[in-house]
Amino acid sequence: MHELSIATNLISLALEAIQNKSPALHTSAPRVDQVTLRVGRLAGVDAEALQFCYEIATRDTPLAGSQLVIEEVPAVVYCPACQAERELPSVQRFVCPECGQPTAELRRGRELELTCIQLVEPDTVSPPAG
Amino acid sequence: MTPRILEIRKNLLKRNDEIARELRSRLLADGVLVVNLVSGPGTGKTSLLRRTLTELRGRGFRVAALVGDLATDNDARRLAETGAPVRQITTDGLCHLEAAMVESHLAAWAPGPLDLLFIENVGNLVCPASYDLGESVRAVLLSVTEGEDKPLKYPTLFHSADVAVLTKIDLAEPCEFDRAAALSNLAAVRPGIPVLETSARTGAGIDAWIDFLLAARSRLAADPLPGR
Ligand SMILES: Nc1nc2c(ncn2[C@@H]2O[C@H](COP(=O)(O)OP(=O)(O)OP(=O)(O)O)[C@@H](O)[C@H]2O)c(=O)[nH]1
Ligand SMILES: [Mg+2]
Ligand SMILES: [Zn+2]
Repeated sequence: MHELSIATNLISLALEAIQNKSPALHTSAPRVDQVTLRVGRLAGVDAEALQFCYEIATRDTPLAGSQLVIEEVPAVVYCPACQAERELPSVQRFVCPECGQPTAELRRGRELELTCIQLVEPDTVSPPAG
Repeated sequence: MTPRILEIRKNLLKRNDEIARELRSRLLADGVLVVNLVSGPGTGKTSLLRRTLTELRGRGFRVAALVGDLATDNDARRLAETGAPVRQITTDGLCHLEAAMVESHLAAWAPGPLDLLFIENVGNLVCPASYDLGESVRAVLLSVTEGEDKPLKYPTLFHSADVAVLTKIDLAEPCEFDRAAALSNLAAVRPGIPVLETSARTGAGIDAWIDFLLAARSRLAADPLPGR
């Protein structure tokens, strides 16, 4: 199982991105609400295991308590007969769903990509609620 | 409180992919074909590799092997008996090898000029699929004893391979191995994949496997001539 190393990797990339784009994080501690990851059907990652590892690995980090949103990316192949990209209904059968032509030319579906982080930053003008 | 959205686009495996790409181009430029052997535990990676190292050495090629293992050095010892330089990468429980491990072990090891470098990955049908090690050939092994439907159960790994090797072919008959089913399952997840059949026990099919590797090396590596 390599979901723990994937989660650790994701956390350091996310923290790096937050630091670059929102340096205030350390001082005024905005809350991280959501981290969105695109996971291809053929990325070799189990979403459920990754959720579990994410929760554990974010403890004691500024990402603790944030939600991991996993967007699944379907497997898309190029069909040389149709000369078009086709989404595979099943990754157990690499054949064009339109014309039945076998094809191994994978165009999408291996993604493992941090795409978006949702923060809630304290308002600078009004004092923090509570 | 103001919600704020940071739009990012970062590949989690970028670092691994970059190291792998760099390794591959550097090694190919040096005329080294890197072969990554992947399979489930016990499929026959070490046994095939032993035969392969011995045979290639006999034909005058310079070969070496890096062996990933969770905890033991048994495989490395078995491979070192061939006389080829062998180096163990103990992963300490990590279920796959990563490009950075290959890079650092190669740097610390310097096995001398090579024609082919083999990497035996950790026996695992899931995790090694995601990690490019800088190989030019990824060979997935499937033994006749482990079930013809493995490609359908682990399409990610089988799809990622450049060649499939059916191992322990000497046991095909006693195991009532369904060759047609295995071939059709392999073709389903990776249309057009070349399939070879070998037995590390009897030596059957080893020559064809070696020929396949040497043809790949001539095609890919800068210096196609043996033993130079
Ligand atoms: N009959 C027969 N047995 C084989 C053959 N190849 C391997 N074996 C046996 O299968 C078992 C596992 O072989 P290994 O070569 O160690 O397999 P492996 O894939 O390296 O195993 P791990 O590194 O533990 O994942 C051993 O008992 C081998 O003797 C073969 O071609 N024929
Ligand atoms: Mg082994
Ligand atoms: Zn088509």
